[in-house]
Amino acid sequence: MHYLPASGEDVKNMLGAVGAKSVDDLFSSIPEEVKLRGPLPIPSGLAEAEVKERFALRAARNTVASCFPCFLGAGAYDHYVPAAVDAILSRSEFYTSYTPYQPEMAQGTLQAIFEFQTMMAGLTGMDVSNASLYDGASATAEAALMASRLRKGRKILVARSLHPSYRAVLRTYVKHLGLAVEEVPFGSDGRVDLSAYAKAAEGACIFLVGQPNFFGVVEDVKAISSVALNSEKPILAVAVAETLALAALEPPGPQGADLCVGDARSFGLPVGFGGPYLGFMTAKKELMRQMPGRICGETVDADGRRGFVLTLTTREQHIRREKATSNICSNEGLCMLAATVYLALMGRKGLSELARQNLSKAHYLKGALEANGVKPLFGGPVFNEFAVSVKGSAKVNGKLFKKGIIGGYPLFKDYPKLKNGYLLCATERTAKEDCDKLASILGGAA
Amino acid sequence: MSRQIEEKLLFELDHPGRNGASLPKCDVPEVSFADAFGPLARKEEPVALPELSEVDVIRHFTRLSACNYSVDLGLYPLGSCTMKYNPKINEAVCRYEGLSGVHPLQDEATAQGALELMHALQESLCAISGMDACTLQPAAGAHGEFTGMQLIRAYHEAKGNPRKIVLIPDSAHGTNPASAHFAGYAVEEFKSGADGCVDVEALKARMNEEVAAIMLTVPNTLGIFEKNIKAVCEILHAKGGQVYIDGANLNALMGVTRPGDWGADVMHINLHKTFSTPHGGGGPGAGPVACKAHLEPFLPVPIVVKKEERYSFDYERPMSIGKVQGFYGNFLVLARALAYIETMGAEGLKSASELAVLNANYLRAKLTGKLELGFDGPTLHEVVFCDKGMPNGVTTMDFAKRLIDYGFHPPTVYFPLIVHGAIMIEPTETEPKEEMDRFVEAVEKIVAEARETPDLVKKAPHEAYRKRLDEVAAARNPRLVWKR
Repeated sequence: MHYLPASGEDVKNMLGAVGAKSVDDLFSSIPEEVKLRGPLPIPSGLAEAEVKERFALRAARNTVASCFPCFLGAGAYDHYVPAAVDAILSRSEFYTSYTPYQPEMAQGTLQAIFEFQTMMAGLTGMDVSNASLYDGASATAEAALMASRLRKGRKILVARSLHPSYRAVLRTYVKHLGLAVEEVPFGSDGRVDLSAYAKAAEGACIFLVGQPNFFGVVEDVKAISSVALNSEKPILAVAVAETLALAALEPPGPQGADLCVGDARSFGLPVGFGGPYLGFMTAKKELMRQMPGRICGETVDADGRRGFVLTLTTREQHIRREKATSNICSNEGLCMLAATVYLALMGRKGLSELARQNLSKAHYLKGALEANGVKPLFGGPVFNEFAVSVKGSAKVNGKLFKKGIIGGYPLFKDYPKLKNGYLLCATERTAKEDCDKLASILGGAA
Repeated sequence: MSRQIEEKLLFELDHPGRNGASLPKCDVPEVSFADAFGPLARKEEPVALPELSEVDVIRHFTRLSACNYSVDLGLYPLGSCTMKYNPKINEAVCRYEGLSGVHPLQDEATAQGALELMHALQESLCAISGMDACTLQPAAGAHGEFTGMQLIRAYHEAKGNPRKIVLIPDSAHGTNPASAHFAGYAVEEFKSGADGCVDVEALKARMNEEVAAIMLTVPNTLGIFEKNIKAVCEILHAKGGQVYIDGANLNALMGVTRPGDWGADVMHINLHKTFSTPHGGGGPGAGPVACKAHLEPFLPVPIVVKKEERYSFDYERPMSIGKVQGFYGNFLVLARALAYIETMGAEGLKSASELAVLNANYLRAKLTGKLELGFDGPTLHEVVFCDKGMPNGVTTMDFAKRLIDYGFHPPTVYFPLIVHGAIMIEPTETEPKEEMDRFVEAVEKIVAEARETPDLVKKAPHEAYRKRLDEVAAARNPRLVWKR
């Protein structure tokens, strides 16, 4: 076995040093009655070439966006990843290292985290950032848990237009902690219904809003934060599933949000059938000590030179055990690195231009659809995704696939009242001619 | 790891006018942010991002990479972390466009390869753990613990009483009590017996209908197999409790013994430990949860099922605890783990566990007499030493930092909490004997230095990119982002 360096001679020598007769002797502390008789019920090992072949076959049984134009977003947006990102992720100094518990030999990882924190805090207009969370959905749940420690209210208020999976994970997380989840409806423009919010806000510790929301509609965060309430304002948390929109919109911080969470997978990671993605959390400074997960901070070494360490660790499970701010240990370190490299490559100009292309493509697609009689579902402004009304939306994707198109996301599964709702996304990878093709097919179906 | 170029921060390298990526020409009319969003449009470019060329960026991160230690450089003996070699074939196959490029919401008919991969991994993990069903959704070990405790809670609730307490031994990882807490349970720590195992009589006396479950790491963090595991399961089951196994240390057991055969009800498996997927400097991991049939109805949605050669997601699970991740789990990590299992096969996995245990026992034999054992029980995959007998006020931390000068990553230190100044060593099966011998020599030298030139040890490291970093100052005055 090529990953196991011990030769027969090595085994003999080591057994000699240990004073054991056989390898079996080393397992004598395991009672015989629980030992497995016979081999594990899985096949024998394969040679590298055979494994590769199997995976090539698996890969061939999937259809991917690089072969078929893809109009699916719904929380996973298809962006091009520059080759330089994977070149850095493939450096084993990064991917075969552990969580940076020994900072003197992990300054590479730590400095990258510090850079990530700086860029994410900057993009979201917040003061501080953590080093990553699992994904956007669990980051949303962590935001709710955090708010429940900071405020007295036991109610978690969430916009119904927030990503359905984010809401689902949130419910799983808070289920047994004496917290109630209540949803705020959306209006005909697809945005949060502000008067419904004002009514529901009493007793809430947090209000979670998608930006853009699941329908691709851009929320007016400032208007939400300015709603006059009779009670203490809940923490306003903005959840971003498409972080590229941050380059096009006023950041949540200056708009009055206290907390920003979401998924930064759009920054340098593949859609990857749903994972690994990149949960993040940025916040106003006052909330810093209740944040979940790892945080990197600047310090100096014994010679006074700048260096970085994991800090504020008394929040964490290995110190505080059941009183920790979260149970998270391993996070999404390498995904964080991908985002850091990606953002460094794109830069402020590149990311802005990319956002403009996404916006322009989506607006072109929207216009082409409207010209073919396919109407938008909501009136609010959109970034690179929007909902339209398509009759028989459940069956549309099968029809499109026959014509070589991966279609959008039917909304009725998550919003039974939006029976004909159909979510479409366009990114920089969407070609004009494919927009035209889709518009004419859907126009025929509409 | 010796002295090298001082690498500035990205923001200090900022060079207006440079760019590091190219975009295709936009083939549709341009829409401005202001036109689309009015007052909600961003008014200035995101100044937090630098302007750099691809060359600048590649050099920056390549230089940073040189400040890291890694498994590909040498022994990484972190106890309970299982820093084994990360096979290169795993990295190759997970990058196939046909896997990395699949959108999670595509029609199932267009993602049969991805679904078959997940199904094959579910089946393999059930076979290895002796369990009946499996979810691949949890993103890491602690996420798996949380999911497992939710299953237990849902099971008790379905029987009419969620119960209140989860028992956790004092040798457990910090994630165990935190995970149980977030599932809504009160955590009760209980003392390990004199042999490092559960005190069966004390457990019997403590067990009642208020106890929902026990969470056990087997082998535990002392590297000791829970010899009374069958009795523990029986005691819990007799009063309706459940047994959760933390699979962080499964690397000691593959093909030798299976939690499902002990009577355990549910466990998580760290693919980034036992199944060779890389740690990535702190993730992404994957923490699938395997369970017995009676907990299966509660597993998160969706589960991959196979019907007549077709694979699909099963969402029709009315008793499910819900979702714990946005989609289906860290798929590209799952792909790596399956590549490993298919490469190793039944015999290879068993050899891996056998050699992991042999390596740990070899290091134990070689280091005993140089360091004081923290606990004198039979060692499986890891061994714990303590700070007893360290001369001249040299601490475990000093010892660890001095190892850096000898070119090794230190072991896990000050854990488990029940051993004073713990030094917890897990070499894994992928370490060659010579590398371990080199480590033993380094320890020997440091022990001599502690006696003769203690200051050399206390001020270590001397040869790393940075000398000892001031963690207290970092926490006292947190600077978490760069400011101009």
